[in-house]
Formats: sequence, structure tokens, C-alpha cells
Amino acid sequence: MLEIIDLHASVDDKPILKGLNLQIRPGEVHAIMGPNGSGKSTLSHVLAGRPGYDVRGSVRFNGQDLLDLAPEERAWAGLFLAFQYPVEIPGVSNTNFMRSALNQVRSHRGLPALEAGDFLKIMREKAGLVQLDPSFLSRPVNLGFSGGEKKRNEIFQMAMLDPQLAILDETDSGLDIDALRIVAEGVRKLRREDNSFLVITHYQRLLDHLRPDIVHVLMDGKIVRTGNDTLALELEEKGYDWLKAELA
Amino acid sequence: MRGDLTNPVPEVNEHSQEEVLLNQWAEQDYAFGFVSDIEQDIVPKGLNEEVIRWISARKEEPSWLLDWRLKAYRHWLSMPTPEWAHLEIPAIDFQDISYYAAPKAAAKLNSLDELDPEIKSTYDKLGIPLEEQLILAGVAVDAVLDSVSVVTTYKEKLAEKGIIFCSFSEAVREHPDLVRKHLGKVVPYTDNYYAALNSAVFSDGSFVYIPQGVRCPMELSTYFRINAAGTGQFERTLIVADDDAYVSYLEGCTAPKRDENQLHAAVVELVAMNRSEIRYATVQNWYPGDAQGIGGIYNFVTKRGLCQGLASKISWTQVETGSAITWKYPSVVLMGDRSTGEFYSVALAARAQQADTGTKMIHIGKNTTSRIVSKGISAGRGQNAYRGLVKVRETATNARNYSQCDSLLMGDRCGAHTYPYFEINCPDAQVEHEATTSKIEEDLLYYCQQRGLPTEEAIALIVNGYAKEVLDKLPMEFAVEARKLLAISLEGSVG
Ligand SMILES: Nc1ncnc2c1ncn2[C@@H]1O[C@H](COP(=O)(O)OP(=O)(O)OP(=O)(O)O)[C@@H](O)[C@H]1O
Ligand SMILES: [Mg+2]
Repeated sequence: MLEIIDLHASVDDKPILKGLNLQIRPGEVHAIMGPNGSGKSTLSHVLAGRPGYDVRGSVRFNGQDLLDLAPEERAWAGLFLAFQYPVEIPGVSNTNFMRSALNQVRSHRGLPALEAGDFLKIMREKAGLVQLDPSFLSRPVNLGFSGGEKKRNEIFQMAMLDPQLAILDETDSGLDIDALRIVAEGVRKLRREDNSFLVITHYQRLLDHLRPDIVHVLMDGKIVRTGNDTLALELEEKGYDWLKAELA
Repeated sequence: MRGDLTNPVPEVNEHSQEEVLLNQWAEQDYAFGFVSDIEQDIVPKGLNEEVIRWISARKEEPSWLLDWRLKAYRHWLSMPTPEWAHLEIPAIDFQDISYYAAPKAAAKLNSLDELDPEIKSTYDKLGIPLEEQLILAGVAVDAVLDSVSVVTTYKEKLAEKGIIFCSFSEAVREHPDLVRKHLGKVVPYTDNYYAALNSAVFSDGSFVYIPQGVRCPMELSTYFRINAAGTGQFERTLIVADDDAYVSYLEGCTAPKRDENQLHAAVVELVAMNRSEIRYATVQNWYPGDAQGIGGIYNFVTKRGLCQGLASKISWTQVETGSAITWKYPSVVLMGDRSTGEFYSVALAARAQQADTGTKMIHIGKNTTSRIVSKGISAGRGQNAYRGLVKVRETATNARNYSQCDSLLMGDRCGAHTYPYFEINCPDAQVEHEATTSKIEEDLLYYCQQRGLPTEEAIALIVNGYAKEVLDKLPMEFAVEARKLLAISLEGSVG
């Protein structure tokens, strides 16, 4: 599904990703943990195609060269990023936004545009999945949403667009305990044999719910350790210093 | 950012790609540019008293109206060309304009079937829903092709309620007293240069009268179109709402592509009596000229409403996407106590367009309220200026005004300017003003793209969201058209 080889990214000549390798197969859930500023969000944005980075290396996504694609083409190909800091769009309702987005994505996946009725049905169903109150659907995208509401809205959008690979950048940060469980359950329901998740998090709580197949540690722009979910438990307990010491 | 192993693209290039996209849509071809081929009946170019007499005679006008035109003309001769607006206006040769053009086939018509097929197909090309859908939708259309009203529908139904909705010429013939009572009372011919010119040479326009206590049962709509090469267009509209009356009026226009600039100097006068309400909405999409600024309409319009009665209300809503130069300040004189004036505006200046628009709210009566919401969008080399005046006279105790002026810039070759003026002569006035200037942030665009929206669709979405507060004020079917218009202006050649 996703194969990253020797990925480098820098901003204004400042290197952030420094030779990162990662491979994700269909159906897998991967977690990435790592200290603040280690490059986790940068990785997610480089994968999603945000402008402003100097990028070297190779990223293949379902056989395509991902780095050759514009951000919207990556979305059409099935990549979704739940933003660590979701953006507000004044005057554009969630409903309108999702209708435009879903119809774009569908048309590039060879599916017909949805009738209004079918669209609303899907939207209500997906909103139910993450228990997003319907009143949020008519509000402008993320505008005035609380931190946790924005995160829940990201997962709602993910459910709507049905991606092959979803990257969740600290979706759990800012969620209360119930919301965390609801969002995690939502993600679990969306899991299939042919889609994958890359979950960036600082906390074990989300991983308790999600049960990742593989856990990576990203430090200073590189994956420095890969293991199973006991690695996450170990980090939760001991922090990153022992790993730093080991690596040094 | 697209990665490239051998030749990483520097960040600055990425920005300029964005610029290119933004500039491209700003320069996309005008979707409605074409010329229809109808025989015209044109007065020779030039302006003098003979021409004015010719127009008046041709329209079989009473002598008081000819006298009024001539007084306006003489006054106009004494006036200097205005220069105060934030516009670069090439000198206009007023002797090089023909002041009257009527389609020859435009005899009186009883139904749409009698319409010249050429005119009809012009309307079809424009997508003007002159036909059944529109009638079914309950919109009465007084379509003005150049200077003469061609078709008027739904008149009888309106007549049942005592509503008069007809061409200005017809109103002069059939309701001379009403016209005489109100003509020039809100916008006197001495008001400004272009109002004086219009008063001297106006060809036609619309007249609406809503009698006491009547709510007009449908949106009244007029589509204007400039269609004769080198003819100026001088529309005159007068709307009077008597006590406790209500009317919503829609004006929309597109014009064919031209190489020479065309002058358009309309006057619109609104009069609202006690407790009456007039809503006036405009979608303006005249040919803006090409990317170099060649061609396009000069749009110098005087629009003013008089809240004459107690608790009367006048509301202007405008979506201005066209014209090479726009100079337009729909205003409200709040004379009646407790009267309300509103101005909601979206103005888009792309390519080499110049828009100078805004409003004046003149508070005279007690407890009067005004509200101004202006959304400017500048792209390409477009220059957008908001110019607003809120004037509170000594008599206007407890006046309130709220003004909000937002500017959106796309690319770095365009400009936005805000000139709010306040003249407050009554100490208890409450005046609030907010202004913002923003760019479409790269992260907002990126977020939309990440969800699968191509750049131009993302921009259209963002801009429509930005203008939503104004678009929401438009009647439903007009709002749809206006959104499409913004989207068309935003889409085009990109992708
Ligand atoms: N546009 C930028 N300009 C300058 N520095 C940047 C830019 N983007 C990221 N960085 C730097 O790159 C490093 C990695 O940032 P990134 O956001 O990827 O970290 P992170 O691992 O997601 O951290 P956190 O856990 O706090 O979210 C940080 O030191 C950050 O300051
Ligand atoms: Mg981060």
C-alpha cells in the first residue's frame, strides 16, 4: 500500500526528515510515536502534498509515485489526512464542503455523483458513526468548533471520503475520554482488509482502543525503532530518554 | 510540493505556481461575450439639444419631460467631469456616443412567441430564463434590450392588485402624474455628472408602483442588456412603495464582448412611504474587458432610496462581478423616524477591472438604523475600493449604524482600499465600524485540496463562503445565479 524509502524533507534549508523508511501493507494499523518536534506532522504533510517542503526520496502508494501528485490527486488516490490543527472555512457549511469533496473523489474513482437524498443519507450515517451532532453539519467547517469537536469532525470527514490510507495526526489530543472511545470505535468500524491507518499519537489510551499491528518511534527525522504494541507500553512507562541513550 | 530527486523545486517556485493559478482564473475569458445581430435604429453620434429633442419626440413625451431633460442637459454642460473616485478613467468623448438605439423589430408584443427569434436566442445563450421556468417560478420579467422594453409579462396579474410594473416610457404615457410626482425627487439632475447626463438622455427603464397595503406577490425582475455597438445606455428606474407596501425587485445584466468601452450611466430612484419596504437586488456581470484592460463597460450608476415614511425600510443587495470600471454607491436617505437602510455588497475586481463602490447612509429622522456589509474581492490586476459615508444629522437622535468592510486579495498584483467616512452631528449616535483585509491562506487551500477539491473549485468554495452573508440576502433563484457567477469568474481556464 505505502512504501517510503529514504525520505528527506527540509524547510528553508533546515532538514526535518532525514532518511525515513516505512512500509504499510493493506489492512494494517501502524502507530507512530515520538518526541515533540521530531517530524511526525512533517511526515504527514509531506505525504499529503502540502507545499513548502524540499522533498527527496521515494514514496510509492498503490503502485503510484505519490510525490508526483498534487494534493487533490493524492486524495483521489485514497489518501486522507486528519489534521493535527484542522483549518476553519468561514461561510462554507460542513454539508456543502463534504458534498463537493465527496463528489470530486467519487468522480475520480469512477463513481457517479450522488443524488442529494443519497448524500444526506450517507452523511447522517457517518455522522452517527462518530456521534457528531447533526447541528455541526450545517455549521461552517470547523468555525468556532472546540478543539475536540474539530478532531471529531476530521474523523467524520474521513468516514465520508472512505480512504485507502488514513493518517491520523494526534487526533486523540484534545478529545475527552468518551470522545476518545467514540472516535476509536468509529475508526475500528471503518477498518477493512483493504485499507490502512497510520496513527500519530503521544498516548497509549488511543492505542488501547485501536490495537495497532506495528508501532514505530520517530526521532530526529528518522524511524529509530519498530515493534509491536508492547513498545508503546514501554514508552508510556519510561519516556524517550532510555531510547535516546541507547541510540547514542 | 512535488518531490523531485534530481531537481528539488525551491519553495518560492511553489508560491509562484499558486500565483499563476490565481492570476489565470482572474484572466479567464468572459463566458458571455458575443454580439447578436439585430437591426438597430440608431440616432447619429453626438450630444446636443437637437438630439435630446429627437429622443423626446421619438418617445412622444409630454413637454414637461422635454423641459426637464433640457434643464438637466444645460446643467450637465456646466459641470466638470468627476475625478474624486479611486479610479483611472480614460477620457470619455461624449460626442462619440450614440444616445438612442432601439431594436427595429421591437414593436409591441403580446406574447413571447412574437419575440424576434434572434433576440430570443441571445437571451437563451445568456441563460436568461425568460421562458416558462421563470414564469412558473413566479417572476415577472420586463426585459429591456438596449433602450426599448421588448416584453412584459405577468402584467395583468399584477394589475389585479393595482401594482404598476412597466417600462419607463409606458409609465410616462399611462401614469404621467405618478412619474412627474417622483421623477428626480430622490436623485435630482443636479446630483452628479452622470445623473445629469442620464436625466438629459435617458432612453428607458422600469417603473414600479405598489399601492397602499399591497405586498407584491412575486419578485419583480428586469434583465438589462447593452447590445448596440457604441451606444451608451441610460436606464432610468423609479420604484414607489406606498404606505404598508412591500416589493422585492431584481436587476441582472450581462453584455456582449466589445473592443471599445461602452458607457453605462443609469439612475435608480426608490421611494418608500410609511411602514413600506423595498428590497432591490442587483447581479451585475457586464463585460469587464480583457486582461490588458481593453474593452469593457464603464458603469457609472446613481442609485438612491428615500425612506420617506415612518418605519420604512430600503435594502440594497448587489453582486458586482463585471464592467471595466464600476462607480456606484447605492444609498439610503433615512428621513422617516424609525426607518432602516441596508447595503449588502459583493464586488469582484479581476483582470484590469476597477471597482469603486460603497454606500451612503444619511440619517435624518429619529431612531433610524443602517447596516452596511461590504465584501470586496480583488484578483489579477483588479483594484477594488470601498467608499462609504455615514452621515448623522443633528435631527437624527438615537441613530445607529453598523458597518463591516472586508477585503479579500488573491495574488499580489491586485489592490483593496477602504475609505469609510463618518459625519456625526448628533452626540448620541451609535456607530460601529469593522474592517478586515485577508488573503486566501495557503493552508486553507491545502486543506480543501487534501479533501479532493482541485484548486479552482477550492477557491470558488472559499470565495462563496467569504461572500455568504451577502449572497444569503438575495432571493433564492438569484442567489443560485450569483454563486454560479462567482464560480464562473473563478473557474475558467485553470486545470
Ligand atoms: N514550516 C516550518 N518552518 C520551520 N520549521 C518547521 C516548519 N515546519 C516544521 N518545522 C520544524 O520541524 C520540526 C518538526 O516539526 P513537526 O511539526 O513535524 O513535529 P511533530 O513531531 O509533529 O511534533 P509534535 O509532537 O509537537 O506535534 C520542528 O522542530 C518544527 O519547528
Ligand atoms: Mg505534530
